[in-house]
Amino acid sequence: MGRYVIRRLLQMIPVFIGATFLIFVMVYALGDPVAALFGDKAPDPATAARIREDLGLDKPLWQQYLHYMGNIFRGDFGTAFNGQKVTELMATAFPVTAKLTLVAIVIEIVVGIALGVVSGLKRGRPLDTSLLVLTLIVISVPTFVSGYLLQYLFGLKLGWVRPTVSTDAPLNELILPGIVLALVSLAYVTRLTRTSIAENARADYVRTAVAKGLPRRRVITKHLLRNSLIPVVTFIGADIGALMGGAIVTERIFNIHGVGYQLYNGILRGNTPTVVGFVTILVLVFLVANLLVDLLYAVLDPRIRYA
Amino acid sequence: MRGATHAKWAACAVTVALAATACGGGGSGGGSGDGSGIVRSSWGDPQNPLEPANTNEVQGGKVLDMLFRGLKKYDPKSGEAQDLIAEKIETTDSQNFTVTIKDGWTFSNGEKVTAKSFVDAWNYGAHVDNKQNNAPFFSNIKGYDEVHPEGGAAKAKTMSGLVVKDDKTFTVELKDKFSTWPETLGYQAFSPLPEAFFKDHDAWLSKPIGNGPYTVDSYAKGSEMKLRAWDGYKGEDKARNGGVDLKVYTDNNTAYTDLMAGNLDLVDDVPAQQLKNVKADLGDRYINQPALIIQTLVFPMYEANWSKAGMEKVRRGLSMAINRDEITKQIFEETRTPAKDWTSAALGDKGGYKDVCGDACTYNPDEAKKLVAEGGGLPGGKITISSNVDTGSHRVWMDAVCNSINNALGKGSCTVNPIGTFADFKNQLGAYKFTGPFRSGWQADYPLIQNFLQPLYYKNGSSNYGKFDNKAFNDLVDKANQETDQAKATEDFQNAEKILAEQMPAIPLWYQNGSAGYSDQVSDVTLNQFSVPVYDQIKVN
Repeated sequence: MGRYVIRRLLQMIPVFIGATFLIFVMVYALGDPVAALFGDKAPDPATAARIREDLGLDKPLWQQYLHYMGNIFRGDFGTAFNGQKVTELMATAFPVTAKLTLVAIVIEIVVGIALGVVSGLKRGRPLDTSLLVLTLIVISVPTFVSGYLLQYLFGLKLGWVRPTVSTDAPLNELILPGIVLALVSLAYVTRLTRTSIAENARADYVRTAVAKGLPRRRVITKHLLRNSLIPVVTFIGADIGALMGGAIVTERIFNIHGVGYQLYNGILRGNTPTVVGFVTILVLVFLVANLLVDLLYAVLDPRIRYA
Repeated sequence: MRGATHAKWAACAVTVALAATACGGGGSGGGSGDGSGIVRSSWGDPQNPLEPANTNEVQGGKVLDMLFRGLKKYDPKSGEAQDLIAEKIETTDSQNFTVTIKDGWTFSNGEKVTAKSFVDAWNYGAHVDNKQNNAPFFSNIKGYDEVHPEGGAAKAKTMSGLVVKDDKTFTVELKDKFSTWPETLGYQAFSPLPEAFFKDHDAWLSKPIGNGPYTVDSYAKGSEMKLRAWDGYKGEDKARNGGVDLKVYTDNNTAYTDLMAGNLDLVDDVPAQQLKNVKADLGDRYINQPALIIQTLVFPMYEANWSKAGMEKVRRGLSMAINRDEITKQIFEETRTPAKDWTSAALGDKGGYKDVCGDACTYNPDEAKKLVAEGGGLPGGKITISSNVDTGSHRVWMDAVCNSINNALGKGSCTVNPIGTFADFKNQLGAYKFTGPFRSGWQADYPLIQNFLQPLYYKNGSSNYGKFDNKAFNDLVDKANQETDQAKATEDFQNAEKILAEQMPAIPLWYQNGSAGYSDQVSDVTLNQFSVPVYDQIKVN
């Protein structure tokens, strides 16, 4: 087990280097950001040259990358154009997005799995069919439609919640954005759980458990659900990273100043340190989440062993 | 306090649900017309650090407008530059100026505003090491080239043209005659700075200290700034409210929603999608007025086939092929005003705004066709219009302008070249890559006709992207700058504009309006010519 974890951690190094390099190249390809800093005016050549020099933009790409990576290992993620340290931006953005992701994941797990179990056990019945249709609708509606719609309905028309989230982003204000963010994934979780449950419900070990005279509740939670959750856990694990990085639209609609907001600003202004810094952390979150998922397999299914 | 506010919000939410009324006053700290209420306003994250000489966009400008007062101030209504901290600015030759400042002005940390506060600030702004965006504003002061050479390191620390005589007086020597120079001093780049700025720069940036009617109470970079009225402010434009909370929104739709829900008192950018509803939503609490912004289509005069003799007819013809009235009405819901000259209607008649363009800016498809044919036709038989399309509904109007041209000159005469990001567009502009007309937006830095003409069309002007160079035009601008009488100078500039009307190096499209909407909790909301709300005048009911 220990050796397995170490091996996986070592594998992260090349993935990390490759990912940061790709992002670096992509942001670089967006073009020189300095001219846009001057608005409608033509950039003053001397000032623009000095800014380029300070940001290292006058050097070839590979030198910029090496310089940047060297700084990262010293804990220096660079500076955004507005003069803030990228680490400072991270310190304010990540907790907010982590909270939002947490809310979304909890909703996804609780509602998604519950609906999936119900629907899987009632396979082919009207309830199952209507849930399937419902998930299809949810999957096909883009986030910015559901976001604005729910915001208008609950925030403006009914006035149950604040339509936007305040600066310190308390949990109760994050519930609506959390739902919006979770909706699509929730539909996937429901469908995955349903299929898995429906399949396993006819497995030998379930029949044995029922034949032993175990109560139905125990058969479902201990035997059926536990074995059916493996694909769901895989999905949710991968989804943590996707939700953290993919909250750009949701964060914009509800004015949440998290990772999505910083990434949006960074890309719009072509600010390499912000974008690469944030994406690097997201890549790490993704890798760690994947590792945790793999370790969870062993917990869920005793047949799986790591060495 | 925090808890109380939340409870109030809960109550508010119920009220909204029942009566669908806004309840902004609840959050406004209990101001009941006594001047202590807080205005909650939308904001955008400033692009650069909030230094006066480094801020060149509206969002940062909003804050500087509350924090700083300079030698002159532009009257929010007329745009006239009036002495504020300056007691007098004297000159005999339009080149050497003596500035005397008034007694009694202080920064909010207690430091006195002296002649040195200005000279130090200007030297800081000009120096190349400080990488200030607005450094070129100091470029007509003698000694600028030493502190801000075009390449290499600076040769001096300060500009030789600035000399402190005593606490109240300093002299300025300019490189050339520039009669309206004192009128430019209302621009924020010319604000004074306290010693604290130079002593502990980082501390100052995280909580800026100025000499204006407001002080910074707290600043959470990237999300919120709370400004409070400063009791010690001695100027006449003392704040009529208790303070302003600026909240950063990434999406102006969201800000509008918050205004509707009563979480916000003022949005200064009504989203295009809401323009159809705004009258019904806000009634007369919606402001839509011309600002000092003009959008033009500039011809690449660096291309021989656009600048050769006879092409002025083609350029004029193209201008006549654009139906400005229709486009501003249909696409912009009248948030743009059809252009009649190369300045802006917000300048006013006294400032030099005049219908100089005349027929050439009036839609006339028959005449357009005739002129283009007389001029030898479009180069290569068709034109391509370029602009960035990431903001400002640029894609939509480009299509409309092209349609209008195609209708007048025949199908296939015009195509569009949309460019994904502003940065990319700016880089192509700077490299003179465009072979057809391209968009140019210009927001004036100060309400002077000079600022609309010289940087854009004068030989080697700082933002003369089309490389227009016309001797008669250049001479008239030179003459205007040497004129000691302001009315005469304006007249010279207008004469120079007449040359633009003949040569048409850039087609004036429309003046961009400033827009704002506000809740029924605040009143006396106005916008100045820079489309920034005049915060100190806002009253909270």
